[in-house]
Amino acid sequence: MKYVLFILFILLNTAILFVLGSRTVLPLQLGKFLSVQEGIWQNAEPANIDFNATIKLEGIQGKADVYFDERLVPHIFAEQENDAYFIQGFIHAKFRLWQMEFQTHAAAGRISEIVGDKAINFDKTQRRIGMVFAAENALAEMEKDPVSKSAIDAYTAGINSYIDRLHSSQLPIEYKLLGYEPEHWTNLKTALFTKQMTNNLAGYDRDFEFTNALKVLGEENFKILYSDLPDSLYPVIPKGTVYAAQNEPLTPPATADSLYYNRKDTIHLAEEFKPNPSNGSNNWVLAGSKTKSGKPILCNDPHLGLTLPSIWFEMQIHTPEYNSYGVSFPGIPGIVIGFNDSVAFGFTNAGRDVKDYYQIQFKDDSKKEYWFSNQWKKSNQRIELIKVKNQTTVHDTVAYTIFGPVVYDKSFKTDLSKDQAYALRWVAHDSSNILKMWLLLNRAKNYNDYLEAISYFNVPGQNMIFASKSGDIALWQQANFPLRWKDQGLFVMPGTDSSYMWKGYIPHDQNPHSVNPAQGYLSSANQRPADSTYPYFIPGSYEVYRAITINRKLEAMFNATAEDMMSLQNNNYNVFAEEARPFLLQYVDRTQLTAKELDYLNSVASWNLSNDPLEKAPVCFNAWWDSLEINVYHDELNMGSIPVIKPERFILLEAIEKNTAFEFIDDINTPELETLSMQVTSAWKKASTHLNTLEQDDKLTWGKYKNTTVYHLLKTNAMAFARTGLMNGGGVGIVNATQHDHGPSWRMIVELTTTTQAFGVYPGGQSGNPGSFYYDNFIDTWTAGKYYPLWVMSVDDFSDKKVKWKIHFSNN
Amino acid sequence: MKFFVSIIVTAILAFSMGYVLPWWSIAVTGFISGVFFMQSKLLSFLSAFIAVALFWGIMALYISNANNHILAHRISLLIIKKDNPYLLILLTSLIGGLTTGVSALTGRSLVLMIKKV
Repeated sequence: MKYVLFILFILLNTAILFVLGSRTVLPLQLGKFLSVQEGIWQNAEPANIDFNATIKLEGIQGKADVYFDERLVPHIFAEQENDAYFIQGFIHAKFRLWQMEFQTHAAAGRISEIVGDKAINFDKTQRRIGMVFAAENALAEMEKDPVSKSAIDAYTAGINSYIDRLHSSQLPIEYKLLGYEPEHWTNLKTALFTKQMTNNLAGYDRDFEFTNALKVLGEENFKILYSDLPDSLYPVIPKGTVYAAQNEPLTPPATADSLYYNRKDTIHLAEEFKPNPSNGSNNWVLAGSKTKSGKPILCNDPHLGLTLPSIWFEMQIHTPEYNSYGVSFPGIPGIVIGFNDSVAFGFTNAGRDVKDYYQIQFKDDSKKEYWFSNQWKKSNQRIELIKVKNQTTVHDTVAYTIFGPVVYDKSFKTDLSKDQAYALRWVAHDSSNILKMWLLLNRAKNYNDYLEAISYFNVPGQNMIFASKSGDIALWQQANFPLRWKDQGLFVMPGTDSSYMWKGYIPHDQNPHSVNPAQGYLSSANQRPADSTYPYFIPGSYEVYRAITINRKLEAMFNATAEDMMSLQNNNYNVFAEEARPFLLQYVDRTQLTAKELDYLNSVASWNLSNDPLEKAPVCFNAWWDSLEINVYHDELNMGSIPVIKPERFILLEAIEKNTAFEFIDDINTPELETLSMQVTSAWKKASTHLNTLEQDDKLTWGKYKNTTVYHLLKTNAMAFARTGLMNGGGVGIVNATQHDHGPSWRMIVELTTTTQAFGVYPGGQSGNPGSFYYDNFIDTWTAGKYYPLWVMSVDDFSDKKVKWKIHFSNN
Repeated sequence: MKFFVSIIVTAILAFSMGYVLPWWSIAVTGFISGVFFMQSKLLSFLSAFIAVALFWGIMALYISNANNHILAHRISLLIIKKDNPYLLILLTSLIGGLTTGVSALTGRSLVLMIKKV
C-alpha cells in the first residue's frame, strides 16, 4: 500500500510539474508564468516606481546622466557623444527590448522562430524580397564611415550592456508569454530596422495588378483608370515652379510594344504582406510671415500602423555638440523627427515607385541559370534557413539575378507556371548610409547643414521638411528615384536583356524642392510631388485630398499660432465628400427608395462634411461610394477572378464631373445601357442594406464603425494588451488620418521662437511593459486631440521640479 | 503547533529558494517539508499547500495592489478570458499551493514507505 501511495503521489507530482512546467498540455508554462518571483508578477510595476539609479557600465567614457520627467521622457546629458548613443541604446532596451527584437526579427524573416509555422510564409516573403541582403548592404556602407560606425557601435554596446544585466525574472512579459529569451543586439539589427521602415514606406507596388489591368483593359483604358494626375492636384512643390528640362530623356526599348505593352498572359499571383498604402504623413511649415510670433512653425504627423508598444520613443539628447529633442525609433541611434536649438525637421512619405519586377526565364527548376542578353547567365543562390519553433528548419533557395532576388517563382507560389518567375529591382537593396542623415540632422544649424545631411539619404523617398530659427523654410523630396522612360516600371518588365534595366537615378539637385517660397508656407501630404511640368516620369501611389484641406487652410492663415496648428492636425473635414456628394445626391433616383433608404439619404444630405466620431453620414457616404465604384468597375476589371486593384477615388469623381456618360458606368455584362443615375441608385440601395445591418449592431456612427484600435504588436493574439474603441474621427483623405488601426503615430508642432515652443503626443506610452502605467498613458490625450508641451531641459534644470528620476551612469 | 511551524518554515524556505532557483523550487521545498516535518499525510499536504498558497497569494496581491492591478487586469483577460485581477491572484495562489502540497505528499509518502520497510 505504501508503495502504491508513493508511486501514486510521485506520478501526480510529475504530472503537475509537467502540466505547469511545459507547453505540452497548456499553451503556457503556467507555473513559471505565474510564479511571484520569476513570472509576470515581476512585471507589475508599482504605481510609485522609483527609476532613480546609479549604473556602472564599462564603455561609458565621460560624465553621463539621464533625467526623466513625469511622462517618463528621458533627457540624456552626456559629455561624450558616443556615450549619448550608448545610453540611448541602454534606455531603448530598458523600456522597449522585446519590441526592438521582435521588429528586427520580423524584418529578417525570423518570426517562425518565435510563433511557429503560421509565420513561415511571412518569413519566406521577407527573405525573398531581400530584406537581409538589403540590410547587409546598408550596414557595409554605414560601417565604412567612421562617424556612423562609432555611433552605431556605441548604440549596440548600450543595448547589450542592458541585456547582459537583465535577470530572467525581469524579462519583458512577451518573452515570458512566448517562452524565449533575447539574443544579443548587433549592428545588423539596426540596419534591419531601417529596412523594415523602408519596406513599410517604399515597399508598396502594383506592378502585378497593373499588368493584369493593362491586359484586360488595353492601354488606352488603362491610362484613363490609373492616371496619377488629378485635376484637383495640389502638388508638394507649389504649382508654377519652373523645372529645368531633362538632359537626355530616356526612350523606351524598341521591343516595348510587343514585349512590354502587349504581354500574352495575366499573372495569377496572390501577393501577401503588402505594406499598407496608407503609410504616409502630413507635414507643413509656416514662414515667420504667416505666424503670430514672426518665427517659423513646423508640424509633422507621420501616419503609420498604430501599435503598442509604439514605434516611437520620445527623448532628448544633449551633448556638447548638439541638443536635440523629438521621437526616436527604438532600434536606431539619434532623434528621427524633432528639433534642436537651431532647426526643426520632419518627414512624410514620397510614395514614389522605386520597386520594379522583371520576368525571368530560368533554364530549369534548379534556378541556377537564366536567359539574359542572349546567353545563360548564372544566378547567385542564397539558401535561406528558416527556423521554426518546435519543428524542423525550412530551407528556401532564392536566386539572385542581375536585377535582384527572384521573389516569386513556382517553388514559392504554386499558382505560377514554369515561365513565371519575377525578380525584384528595388532601391532598398542599394548600399547607402541613411543613418548618417539623422546623425547630421541632429546637429544641423542651418539650411546648408540640412542639405548636406539629406544628401546621404537614398530610400525610402521622403518629403523632408525643414525650418530654422534664422527664418528659412524648405522642403525637399529626397532619395534616389530611378530615371525612367515614360511608363517604365508600371508593369512587369522583360528580364531577358539589359534594355529594360534602370539607367541610373534622377540627379539629386533635380528632385522636387522649394526653399523660402513666396507663399510663405510649404506642405506635403503624400500627394504627387510636382505637377505635369516636372520633366521626369514619376509613377507612385499618391494621396489627393489631405493636401487640398491643408493648402486651403495654410493659404488663408495669418498670425498663426501653435493652437491653430493643433486644430489643423485634428481637422476632420472631408474634401472628397465635398466634391462627390453633390453628384450622388443629384443622380440618386429618390422615387425608387424606401422610407429607410430615404432616411439614411437625409443624413448624408444634411451632413456638415466633417468625419466626426458621432456622425452617421461618413459611414453612409463611404458605403455609397464604395458600392458605386464596384458597380462601375467590377465588369471591365474582371474583379474577383484576377488580381487587380481598384482605381483611385479621384478617377471616377473627376470623370463624372466632366462626363456623366463616362463609358465605364455601363455594366458590359448586361444587354441594357446603365446610366449614372441607375448605378448611383443601385449603389445606394446596396449600401443601405449594409447600413441597416450596421445600425442593428449599433455601429452606424463613424467612431463606433471605425473602432479606432491600437493593437499590440502580437495583434489579435494579445487583445488584452490593446486599446480598442477609441472614439475619434478622421479617416482616409482627411488631415486627421486616423483609420481603424492606422493614423497619426506622432503629432508634433515646433515653433522656432528664441526659446523653442514645442508640443507633441503619440498614441502609446514610453514603457513597452503592459504592466506599467506608462504603457498607454498618452492614448487618451491623443484621442482627445490634445498635446503635451515638450520640455527641452537645459543644464540649468538638473534640480527642476519637473525632473522626477535620475539615472547616473559611470564606468566605475 | 508543529503544523504552524511547518507552514512558516516551508514558506520561508520557498521564498529563499525562489530567490535563486526557478519556480519549480517550490516543488523541492514541498518535498523537503514533507520529509522533515513528521505529520500525517493530510497535514503534510495542508501545511505545504497553505505555506506557498499564502506566500504566492499574498505576494501577488501585494504586488498587484501596488500596481493598481494594471497588469492583473490585462493578464487575467489574456489567459482566463475574464477581466478579474483577483481570479488571477487566486489562480496564482492555487498553483503555488497545489504544486508544493503534492510535493510534500510525495516526500511524506517516501519517508513513510522507507520507514516501514
